[in-house]
Amino acid sequence: MADSKYVLEVNDLHTSFFTDSGEVKAVNGINFKLEPGKTLGIVGESGSGKSVTAYSIMQILAQAGRITSGEVLYKGEDITKYSEKEMQKFRGSKCSIIFQDPMTSLNPVFTVGYQLEEAIMLHTNKNRAQARERAIELLKLVGVNDPEKRIHQYPHEHSGGMRQRDMIAMALACEPDILIADEPTTALDVTIQAQILELMQKLQKELGMAIIMVTHDLGVIASMCDEIMVMYGGRVCERGTADDIFYAPAHEYTKGLLRSIPRKENMNKKLVPIGGTPINLLNMPAGCAFCPRCDEAMKICLTEAPEEIRVGDTHLASCWMNIKEAFENSKEA
Amino acid sequence: MSEEKYLLEVEHLKQYFPVKEGFRKVPLKAVDDISFAIKPGETLGLVGESGCGKTTVGRTLLRLYQPTAGRIVFDGEVLFDSEKKIDVDMHPFRKQMQMVFQDPYSSLDPRMTVEDIIGEPLDVHKLYSSKGERRDKILSLMETVGLNAEHAMRYAHEFSGGQRQRIGIARALAVDPKFIVCDEPVSALDVSIQAQVVNMFEEIQEKLGVAYLFIAHDLLVVHHISDRIAVMYLGHIMEIADADDLNNNPVHPYTLSLLSAVPIPDPETARNSKRIILEGDVPSPLKMPSGCPFRTRCKYATEQCAREMPPLTDRGDRHFVACWNK
Repeated sequence: MADSKYVLEVNDLHTSFFTDSGEVKAVNGINFKLEPGKTLGIVGESGSGKSVTAYSIMQILAQAGRITSGEVLYKGEDITKYSEKEMQKFRGSKCSIIFQDPMTSLNPVFTVGYQLEEAIMLHTNKNRAQARERAIELLKLVGVNDPEKRIHQYPHEHSGGMRQRDMIAMALACEPDILIADEPTTALDVTIQAQILELMQKLQKELGMAIIMVTHDLGVIASMCDEIMVMYGGRVCERGTADDIFYAPAHEYTKGLLRSIPRKENMNKKLVPIGGTPINLLNMPAGCAFCPRCDEAMKICLTEAPEEIRVGDTHLASCWMNIKEAFENSKEA
Repeated sequence: MSEEKYLLEVEHLKQYFPVKEGFRKVPLKAVDDISFAIKPGETLGLVGESGCGKTTVGRTLLRLYQPTAGRIVFDGEVLFDSEKKIDVDMHPFRKQMQMVFQDPYSSLDPRMTVEDIIGEPLDVHKLYSSKGERRDKILSLMETVGLNAEHAMRYAHEFSGGQRQRIGIARALAVDPKFIVCDEPVSALDVSIQAQVVNMFEEIQEKLGVAYLFIAHDLLVVHHISDRIAVMYLGHIMEIADADDLNNNPVHPYTLSLLSAVPIPDPETARNSKRIILEGDVPSPLKMPSGCPFRTRCKYATEQCAREMPPLTDRGDRHFVACWNK
């Protein structure tokens, strides 16, 4: 039986897409545990499998996608074994998701209020009038001004930031235990992004839900997350607390990422980019996925994928460099 | 007039677009009375939220739009002056002013090979005497932006986003310009690729001495690449100063909140810093507030702000601010 301390536990999750040109292993053996009220950040470039991880938990993969092995435990229960009907109950009431583009995730031909009420009525036995009350309450909660009027408007009448608030209201309709946010602020301006991030932190404190934050923005990750998981080519490079990742990165990819973004320390210096181009998932190297772009690559990196190694109390990394360093240190000692 | 020689001077530039509202046509003031100057080899960063008119500024400078009013001087020659009714033919100047677009996917013709994409500006301005010379020029341009010569016969779709942006940059460099408008050139790229392209912009500038107008919404990238930064809000420049000065001592309340809203990739700073959250959204440019456009979201707003737009005044060290209260 799994530890009930965690609201979500993912063990060795593999997800593949079966395309005409072959099997694409989008997620390749992922493990993590999520405590209630905590925020996990998943960071990576496009094609790193961060979104697919999120979609796998919700089981909203496209037709060709399938979880091939592993388990996703929600409070100790494996939801990959759920039937579609059980999943429908799970989605929305236990775990909700908000997407990057609030315009395409709202239906343009129904009013915002109607769509909110729909979500509420689906998961509770409220009637339309009660659902409307709840919808207004939710919009108030997420800081939409004048919700009584806004509820009758269509999504196109709302601004980008407000639409994202609508989406959050919808996601919170049934007070889920987990909120998955897939690049929730990428399409928004910085000032609006700050509003939305602040709102998510406030709601998390009030409602005590766990958040999985999927993003490519290291800035957003640094300000929001307790724990961070860095992904590359469908695998986890490194996971640990925010301080572990930012102040003691133990994977060459994470180190490279931190060198390549403009920060206070390198404002007047040249950025150090990661060479090469992101990986093609159809053509994965035998060893470490990052090996073709890694400056420190060794012989073993070409042939064998590194296993997850504990480098600190809360810090795990999959990079052979750590073994090499540990070996060298032991020789010196 | 100052003694310093500027490559590009813009004075009181206005760009209005007519928008139908019922039966009436009302002007949408995309750019409303802005002035700035860029020195040769300098990078001016232009930041602001979407809809503030930063892209319009870039396009108006290159005269992809017909300016409504104002004056544009490039390299000592007046390109446009609404008062003196000067409006020159842009064709010869396009050799000196170029543009790199945001989306590397839609800004390259899918039916042309890389060689033809980069070669087209050479064709238009007849910059070669023989086919061999054309090819040599194209290959050397490809080398400048870090593309292999064997890629010349490929089509745009065969490249990744970062490589496509390199093709776009090579095309802009083909005519040996003095000034390039970079309209969000790294926004569509992955983090690890962004640094490659930012570095390339800096290297090209060191080598060729081109000046950039670098338009972007990512303030950290803009800070890194720019010498000076201008902050725009609803068609007006609110503050313009040296990059470090603007970041260390922002004066305008809008700049302040914009900078505080940027998520800093550093957990320690993130824990300790306080975001200044702006209330509400940017007003519609069709229903612009009277006076200072920022006053509806500004906590210092007074009556004077509602009456009059504050002028851009020098606060020392070429740090210009448009605010009555600060």
